[in-house]
Amino acid sequence: MADTTVPVTGGGLQTIDGVPLKKQLARATRQSKLRALMLVAPLGIFVLVSFIYPIVLTLTRSVHSPVFGAAFHRTAEALQSWDGKDLPSEPVWEAFVADMKEARANRTIGKAATRFNYDVPGTRSLFTRTARKIRKVKEGPYKEAVLEINKKWGDPQLWGYIKQNTAPYTAGFYLNALDRKYDYTGKIERQPEVRQIYVPLFWRTLLLSSLVMASCIILGFPVAYLLAHLPLRISNLLMILVLLPFWTSLLVRTTSWIALLQTQGVINDFLVWVGIISDQQRLQMMFNATGTVIAMTHILLPFMILPLYSVMKTIQPSYVRAARSLGATQWTAFWRVYVPQTLPGVGAGSILVFILAIGYYITPALVGGQSGQLISNLIAYHMQKSLNWGLAAALSTILLFGVLGLYWLYNRLVGVDNMKLG
Amino acid sequence: MALPAHASTLETVWYYAFRVFCGFVLIFLILPILIIIPLSFNAEPYFSFTEGMLSFDPNAYSLRWYADILENGMVDPNAAFGWDWFKDSWNNAQWMHSLRNSFIIATAATFVATTLGTIAALGLSQSNLPYRNLIMGLLISPMIVPIIITSAARFFFFSKVGLSQTYLGIILAHAVLGTPFVVITVTATLVGFDRSLIRAGASLGADPRTVFFKVIMPLILPGVISGALFAFITSFDEVVAVIFLAGYEQRTIPRQMWSGIREQISPTILAVATILVLMSVMLLTVLELLRRRSERIRGLSPG
Repeated sequence: MADTTVPVTGGGLQTIDGVPLKKQLARATRQSKLRALMLVAPLGIFVLVSFIYPIVLTLTRSVHSPVFGAAFHRTAEALQSWDGKDLPSEPVWEAFVADMKEARANRTIGKAATRFNYDVPGTRSLFTRTARKIRKVKEGPYKEAVLEINKKWGDPQLWGYIKQNTAPYTAGFYLNALDRKYDYTGKIERQPEVRQIYVPLFWRTLLLSSLVMASCIILGFPVAYLLAHLPLRISNLLMILVLLPFWTSLLVRTTSWIALLQTQGVINDFLVWVGIISDQQRLQMMFNATGTVIAMTHILLPFMILPLYSVMKTIQPSYVRAARSLGATQWTAFWRVYVPQTLPGVGAGSILVFILAIGYYITPALVGGQSGQLISNLIAYHMQKSLNWGLAAALSTILLFGVLGLYWLYNRLVGVDNMKLG
Repeated sequence: MALPAHASTLETVWYYAFRVFCGFVLIFLILPILIIIPLSFNAEPYFSFTEGMLSFDPNAYSLRWYADILENGMVDPNAAFGWDWFKDSWNNAQWMHSLRNSFIIATAATFVATTLGTIAALGLSQSNLPYRNLIMGLLISPMIVPIIITSAARFFFFSKVGLSQTYLGIILAHAVLGTPFVVITVTATLVGFDRSLIRAGASLGADPRTVFFKVIMPLILPGVISGALFAFITSFDEVVAVIFLAGYEQRTIPRQMWSGIREQISPTILAVATILVLMSVMLLTVLELLRRRSERIRGLSPG
């Protein structure tokens, strides 16, 4: 029939309805793009709302801390014109007394004092005690009245800190997280020696994670090699020994390491029984960094073996044979020909193990003791015990960006699509 | 990989040393999991083998820690063994309470994660999805971000919207953690998926829904199920989110183990651990069967 032929008018191909083919194609592509997006959208929105948004919200706490400034808003205003050298003038004191009374009445003084205490340790009780007595102060001169309650208020440095703390946005938590702080004039200085804990802890987290990663490579590479080169029947059987730990609950594995490693545990009993050590010399393998590294290596080892195995499976044996026939020793053939081909697997496994290790919480908390704690444990401490949420958020942000950097690297090197599970 | 006949002494030594080393690593991997099984039958409240256990004295072994799982927290554990005893255990025993919670939460979280994850994987596997890498990175991120950060963030957010200390809150939290596994496994299954089958179905008159359930679903089912198993075990094993979000009512098995290890350490934990190990053995078996089936369906190996 004549109307089924493609009409050629206006210098381009057209569909049967007279729409230019190009336009029709663009429409079809757009529709299928839209369809693909529609399929991804439910999960995307779910992840955004219940995962990304809460994280972003929490991270703002690391810079946003309005509690103190809200409670002492009059003081904040009055302190605007203060020169920062001598004690503030009378209007500031008057505002301060008014703020104190109000904070005491609406019970915000506790929170504000706690917040201030993070920056100037030991001042929490100064605030709360003064607040309790402040209602006796009815009229000026307010400065003398406040000083009479507690003469510590006569310290100009304290007022410097007060002025700093009334600002709703602060970099103070990040400085704390890096073992630094503002002095009373607003200059950045190092924390005193005994309070420098976070930077060493970051270093320890990196060190222990690297140790775990290195042990995983050393232990995982030979096993992956063996599994990849044994006949399939045997290697499938041995693979169970790798997969069973992988599928076993994290707490189960941590529990069994406690049973093995503790001073009255299986390994020590065995060593005493064999006679390598005497009953008094039982090894302290738990509640320190050793315990953390051993247990974490065990838990993360499958994450190294599985990607290595899948890469080694694809390596053609003919390359090593060719190298050997060209005169390479066994070692040269292995090191110069085989190993370079496994590097994608080594890279994938290492980054994965490292990413998982630096965020580890459960195992260090249970077997790590004091010296085996990682940065996550301190974040949990500030979340649950000290309730210094700003500092917890600052530490989290630093950790998060470290992990995201590694994740980006992983994505570049391996691609998340190629992640192998089980 | 057998040792050739012309191997030198050094090569022979190296060959056996290598195998012995691998043997040790494999023992290192499996031993901690096997060791707790005999320990859980300890008659004494220790985490170590007693003299009697080592000499295989039957009196040194007992099931008391398994009984403790059922009894701990019961109103009257000494009542006559029967229907009422079981009812008491089911309603009041701490571990039974946690077990029930774990299953409820894990099942619900798996359902949410599998549904959303499978649909998203279908979209992700279409070649013309814009910003594919970015979206994939976003969807996988719950697996990568340290759990402590995720849980702390949820703690604030859920308290604000009234979801903290509710079952729904924990289910949602676990569902997010499970979705990356579903997305990864289902996308991997879809890599070898022949798209012309969809067109064939459509050209034979099937509407999109029929095509999905009759053509796509049967083929990707192994991937969906193994993704679902991953999501299930992720939720079943998760403790940090539960620590931050759950009240006593919503305690799960790992949460109960966590406080058990920290507060009142008793071999009951080992008995629970043994049961969980048996569970993972079963899971592993199911996964292996699925993998074989998937390979057979797609003709990757003769089976």
